[in-house]
Amino acid sequence: MNILILVKLVPDLVEELTIDTSGVALDTAWLRLIINEFDDHAIEQGILLKERGGGTVTVVAPDIEGVEDVLFTASAKGADRLIKIKGSFSGVNNHALARAFSAVVKELQPDLVLTGVQANNDLDGSVGPLLAGCMEMPYIGYISGVSVSDGKSKVRKEYPGGLIAEMDVTLPAILGIQAAEQPPRYVAVSKVRQMMKTSTIEERIAPDLDITGGPTIDRMFQAEAGQRATMLTGSPDEVAAKLVGIFKELGVV
Amino acid sequence: MNQDIYVVIEHLRGQVAEISFVMLAGARDLSKGLGGNVVAILLGHKAQGLAGDPSAGSGQYLAADKVLYLDHPVLADFTSDAYQKVLSDLIAKDQPRAVLFGSTSIGTDLASTLSIKLGFPMVSSCSSFSADGKFISQICGGKIMAEGALPGPTALVTMVPGGYKAERGQSTQSPAVTQIEVPVLDSLRVALAGYIEPESGDVDIAKESVLVSVGRGIQNQDNIVLAEELAQALGGVVSGSRPVIDQGWLATSRLVGKSGKHVKPKIYLALGISGAPEHAEAITNSDTIIAINTDPAAPIFNIAKYGAEIDLFDLVEILTAQVKAAKGS
Repeated sequence: MNILILVKLVPDLVEELTIDTSGVALDTAWLRLIINEFDDHAIEQGILLKERGGGTVTVVAPDIEGVEDVLFTASAKGADRLIKIKGSFSGVNNHALARAFSAVVKELQPDLVLTGVQANNDLDGSVGPLLAGCMEMPYIGYISGVSVSDGKSKVRKEYPGGLIAEMDVTLPAILGIQAAEQPPRYVAVSKVRQMMKTSTIEERIAPDLDITGGPTIDRMFQAEAGQRATMLTGSPDEVAAKLVGIFKELGVV
Repeated sequence: MNQDIYVVIEHLRGQVAEISFVMLAGARDLSKGLGGNVVAILLGHKAQGLAGDPSAGSGQYLAADKVLYLDHPVLADFTSDAYQKVLSDLIAKDQPRAVLFGSTSIGTDLASTLSIKLGFPMVSSCSSFSADGKFISQICGGKIMAEGALPGPTALVTMVPGGYKAERGQSTQSPAVTQIEVPVLDSLRVALAGYIEPESGDVDIAKESVLVSVGRGIQNQDNIVLAEELAQALGGVVSGSRPVIDQGWLATSRLVGKSGKHVKPKIYLALGISGAPEHAEAITNSDTIIAINTDPAAPIFNIAKYGAEIDLFDLVEILTAQVKAAKGS
């Protein structure tokens, strides 16, 4: 089975985020980009499927800062082929990214495409269902379990409250992964370095990046607090004492 | 083309999902500026009761000017393929000013694909509309807001909860229901095999009055015991946010969030939880939210009543000891 995994890099939310001088975008000068955490789960799920049923896993990502690290890490985890799409991705939205990915999907003809169900900077839909529109392939998202047999995939789709729907989908199909069946595996940095020497990253040139279909942003700003929390300050002992005071007031202690 | 705002009603096993009412409230705001009607789109099978059939007597109706109802056995339960076919035809024919979907397991399976298929622009994670018809969306885990004019001619929008009260999308009056014809639904590629009930688990966190909830900041499974000791001292239990559950550090039954439980404890103590929208929507009915986080920009501080910008590892053991001492005295 031929499994294709699409990866996007997103702002690391642990870092401070600032708006650039245009006022309509994040300041990329200080932005640290990391793999979308749901895409990391998609990689794990793809490798689990390969370990169970054989096949090849190809990981595809746009060529932006940090992409080599992401791809070589995927190869250290067990991905067979790595592809980066070259193009001018600055300011590009998910509609354009999905169109760029669709060229690779047409070339590789995968049985199954896995990608993260969402990303923290999605403003114009998510890559998976957008790609489904481009490819006229079926899509199911919020997936936390996948099995494959006889040209079909059985998936576990999450609903609120812990309810799961089991669905059957005819392949080829695109799945939006919420969580892999096990946490994404850890690989040692030494193994990633080794992959940098032994694996190769193939390149594809993106066709014109067409952003049609996304909104125009007039203003971007930091979320403002409705009523910001009353902040408790002091040493850990003092903060703990204040918290105990609050617990007493609420009748818990 | 018209100025109506269409709302795709989400329902699951005979219940209208709360996000549907939130969207109806948002649609009402949007329609005030645009002048069109609020139209609820209901797909289902023998689901007229959800649309507001008085004989079903469900009490609360959809607060819509009218309901377009599409009935077909295949539409009884949500599947992306069938829903897309039906909605694609309807939206292409009517071309309303906007179509609202939930930013949910149902809505996100539909909106993006329809945007490409129909060539209509799309906006994600919208929390509210301004009086002049602009959308405001939350990105980056709720830290950043983006505002823009509603794109045209027909905008497909996914909505997150938080901007509108669900009650505003409910009405005591039954809306007019028009049944419309369903296109031929054949060669479908997605089928529902069945439902798997939630794990009942050891405790029902939705019923607990004290929750000590841990997020990514707890760092590893070995540290969960710190939260457990504190919870025990407080007479509560430990719950967690999505990353903690996905790592397997806590059972799925302890998940607080969009695909887990919505909770309403007396005290919700959030340790190392940033408060992304998927988590925030599930804790807003808590009496008192207390947040401990090292990141001053964590959105959790915007919904908490009390907060402390402190490393949970510096605090928790001391706090547990002080709680025990206070209880002992």
